[in-house]
Amino acid sequence: MSLRRRRAVKLALRYVAAVALTVFFLFPIYWLFMISFKTADEIYAYPPVWWPSSLQLDNYLVLFRDGDAKTVWNSLVVAGTSTVIAMFIGTICAYSLARFRTGGEHLANWIISQRMIPPIAVVFPIFLLYVWFGLVDTYIGLILLYTAFNLPYVIWMMRGYILDIPQALEEAALVDGYTRWQVLWKVVFPMCRAGLFATAIFTFVFAWNDFIFALVLTRTEVTTYTVQVTHYFGGQSNFWAKIAAMSVLGTLPIFIVVGFMQRYLVRGISLGAVKG
Amino acid sequence: MAAEGAIRSPRAGDRNFRFTLIAPSIFVLLLIGIFPLIYLLLVSFQGITMIDNDTSFHGLANYRRLFDDARLWESLLHTLIFTAIALPLELLLGLLMAQLFIDHLPGRQVFVALLVLPVLVAPIVSGATWSLMFDNRFGPINQIFGWITGEEMTLLWTISPELVYPAILTAEVWQWTPFMFLLLLAALSAVDKSQLEAASIDGAGYWRTFFRIVLPAIWPVMAVAILIRGLDLFRLFDVVWALTKGGPGTMTETVSIFTYVRGFQQFEISYTSAVALLIIVLLSVAILTALRRVELSR
Repeated sequence: MSLRRRRAVKLALRYVAAVALTVFFLFPIYWLFMISFKTADEIYAYPPVWWPSSLQLDNYLVLFRDGDAKTVWNSLVVAGTSTVIAMFIGTICAYSLARFRTGGEHLANWIISQRMIPPIAVVFPIFLLYVWFGLVDTYIGLILLYTAFNLPYVIWMMRGYILDIPQALEEAALVDGYTRWQVLWKVVFPMCRAGLFATAIFTFVFAWNDFIFALVLTRTEVTTYTVQVTHYFGGQSNFWAKIAAMSVLGTLPIFIVVGFMQRYLVRGISLGAVKG
Repeated sequence: MAAEGAIRSPRAGDRNFRFTLIAPSIFVLLLIGIFPLIYLLLVSFQGITMIDNDTSFHGLANYRRLFDDARLWESLLHTLIFTAIALPLELLLGLLMAQLFIDHLPGRQVFVALLVLPVLVAPIVSGATWSLMFDNRFGPINQIFGWITGEEMTLLWTISPELVYPAILTAEVWQWTPFMFLLLLAALSAVDKSQLEAASIDGAGYWRTFFRIVLPAIWPVMAVAILIRGLDLFRLFDVVWALTKGGPGTMTETVSIFTYVRGFQQFEISYTSAVALLIIVLLSVAILTALRRVELSR
């Protein structure tokens, strides 16, 4: 009995700790979401109001009315397009690296190291070149940069996924008279469908959540939502309602999408080091 | 690895196939990776500023300036301070959390799914969120401190010199501890249970088991996690930008913020090129050394 009781107490304590941690890690997110529903009076109330009196959507309506919500669309266009391009050219490159060992370990290491350089050092010369070519504040400029930035990740991750799938089927397909491209399209891609999907999601999230590239390379036309959020910080006062509502518009889609991707999360964020 | 049986090319026309496959990627990487690097190198030997488009050869003047620029080395120091405090904290807290969730716990999946959310928030949004939290008058943090101390709190978290570091570190640790937690939880789940049982039968204590069996088993993952987070912290920008913009003064200026200010606010084009090259060289050496030691995706 006493042993059972001790176990029960231990479980209860762990439970309390788990709940306390969850509260700590979720509270800031709760606070952000809640502010976006508050009226101005509630936001600037002292002492602070811990929950809004009603779920009024004025703060969001303002963003749509003023056209600020278009920045979410811009994020979608650049993140979406660059993801599709990076996934395609990255995956075929990964296939070459995995199956033919093109370039050996050195090429693979060089590619992943490209991703680890601080963005500010990369974006500075890019900016100078973009000024030259008139690519600042254009979709093409941002898409090109995000594609390049995400390529190393795609190649690295897909190389891992392709190494995981057995080779026998590809050989059999070749014997059956498939061309190399057909093998890729009809055998390899379908076999690593889950990996493709997971990698695409994270590629998308990286571009979607980026701030520094967009800060440097956009002005007014293709401003992304992350840059827009910072526009509401004023010298004297901040527009908390807009900051919160714009942040939620950008954050909620990611929560929903990745909510369905839990299984691939660990492998995705550990650069494939943990197969999870 | 594919070492056992790379597909041998059965037809002559296939010979170039593998190079065709990597061509587009290599082209883009060179275009965005190498081409700008050469351009940086070129500009760094010139004397271009906002007011003077001086493209004559200045030799190593910009590089010499690097050594005398106290603000640059201070920003490097700030970056190292952030890294030296945040990284061990995130690792330790992540490990403790992983230990908490490694055994059976009702609703564990739900907890893990919720705890992951901070990782998915854009860092700039997380910075904005914490500036809401730390607001001296309307934020909940001063309110909670007020409850504890029993008097009204109006701490200026993003302005007071002694509070800005704790504020930024809180936001940073809040966002990335779950990252460590997730990776370490996965690593701990993969530790060989029979070894743990054997150790317990032999009468090994908790710490002995941890250092002799658990730590060596999770070390590869831990090393990757440290590498990824270490490099992320070196480029720290968004959270600081949202909370303090590097202030008060230049107290919290990181290398990335320093470079941004020099390049995009003061337009010291040539000098910033030298700074960017310095960063690229420092990091490339660090990364290639680390990659050789860390088993990433093998």
